[in-house]
Amino acid sequence: MKKSEFPDPFEQARVEKGYGEMNDQDDPVTMLLRLKDVRKTAHNWKTFQSGATPGRIVVPSEVNIRDTRQIPFEVDPPMHGDYRKILEPWFKRPLEAEYQAQLKQQINEIVDEMLKLDSVEVVEEFSLRLQSRALTLLLNIPYEEAEVWIGWGTHVFRSEGVALDGDKANILYDYIDKQIDRAIEKPGDDLYSVLLASEVNGKKLTKEEVKGVMILTFAGGRDTVINAVTNSIAYFAEHPESLARLKAEPEITGKAVEELIRYFAPLTHMGRVVTEDTQVCEHAKKADSRVSLCWASANRDAGVFDKPNEVVLDRKINPHVSFGFSHHNCLGATHARQIMNILLKTLAEKVSSIDILECEENIEDLDQFQRKVGYDSLNVKFN
Amino acid sequence: MAKITFITTNDENITVEGDSGSVMELAVQNNIAGIDGDCGGVCSCATCHVHVDPEFVSQTGEASEIEKDMLELDDNANEFSRLCCQLDVSDELDGVILRVAQ
Ligand code: FES
Repeated sequence: MKKSEFPDPFEQARVEKGYGEMNDQDDPVTMLLRLKDVRKTAHNWKTFQSGATPGRIVVPSEVNIRDTRQIPFEVDPPMHGDYRKILEPWFKRPLEAEYQAQLKQQINEIVDEMLKLDSVEVVEEFSLRLQSRALTLLLNIPYEEAEVWIGWGTHVFRSEGVALDGDKANILYDYIDKQIDRAIEKPGDDLYSVLLASEVNGKKLTKEEVKGVMILTFAGGRDTVINAVTNSIAYFAEHPESLARLKAEPEITGKAVEELIRYFAPLTHMGRVVTEDTQVCEHAKKADSRVSLCWASANRDAGVFDKPNEVVLDRKINPHVSFGFSHHNCLGATHARQIMNILLKTLAEKVSSIDILECEENIEDLDQFQRKVGYDSLNVKFN
Repeated sequence: MAKITFITTNDENITVEGDSGSVMELAVQNNIAGIDGDCGGVCSCATCHVHVDPEFVSQTGEASEIEKDMLELDDNANEFSRLCCQLDVSDELDGVILRVAQ
């Protein structure tokens, strides 16, 4: 198997039954594996809610390490839509030319730097730094702040070997508390200040609500972006023809971004809590149990995708669900897509080939399934 | 050259012209409010949803299965719904009127 290959561990279960089972801290999860079921369930927020106990829709569950509700992620309609309305204009800023110019400069710089080195550990030296620096744009705060987040390492939310680490999570929560206090004292034009000044249904956001949005902004875009970037580097290392093609046909870059994101599905799945006795895939589900929407499996559904296990760089119809689906689709998708778009263009322009020197895969343990989601480390040489 | 008219959710009428690419791309180039085209036109985001004015349905044709599946779960979809990234700009679309969905 090629090092950059991401196998689909769900195929048999998806075709035969349509679901899989996973125990998670004694709060089991029925994983929905087919694209249609995933979409329908994502859309049906009344029976499959997000607004459960904070942390419970995340798999592995974070119920034991967090009380703050992530907003708008853990809120159901109609309130969900009210929050989205105030957040969306801000999270669409990556469409502005000025934002893109700054992001381009950041990515240019880091790629230039990497080209000078004999060996680069992509996860820590490249992806984490790129992700952290880009986040300063999304938050609209000084570039230097990225150094603090880089210092946390890739494992603020998940330390090595331990899926959930309360102490580490507290680093982030304390940090956000301090930043909110700072913004209260000295408001600026950063996301904290903008949130503190925002109103939902005629009421100012509370500190707790602002914190809920900020935790989501930090957590949702970290592992996911790091995986998408790292996995792309591995892919181009083993597919120099794709890099050459992007250079010759930059107009397909947008399609290539969507295809890589489909193939990698940086977030494997997301849970929902069942609010009434119901059925999924002809399988009874009790109220107050959990299901998950397995984006990674849905993206390989052969009923919809031709050659689902291949990267078809210019795939024209690509209804993937890597950014989720329906009400709760990813708020940071515009930012993530811009990062990927500029990254691919920059690599095509500046890099002729990439050699993989060494790598260690990051395999998620989902009980019934083992899924490669990225790399713990990836050493390469950029040429 | 095809002239295409968009009616935005604020009832603004905007007529634009194009001869290639998708209708979504044409809309984005002309800053038509409500057409974001987040996924770049691969039928994955549904941010290019329009209602074809019934008079022009024969010109735009029918949605594909995949497009219909996307629209099926959109609360604002109806029989005239299309994802306009799946509509190619061509002479056949000349004169078409599209209402940007909520
Ligand atoms: S632009 Fe994304 S579905 Fe049409």
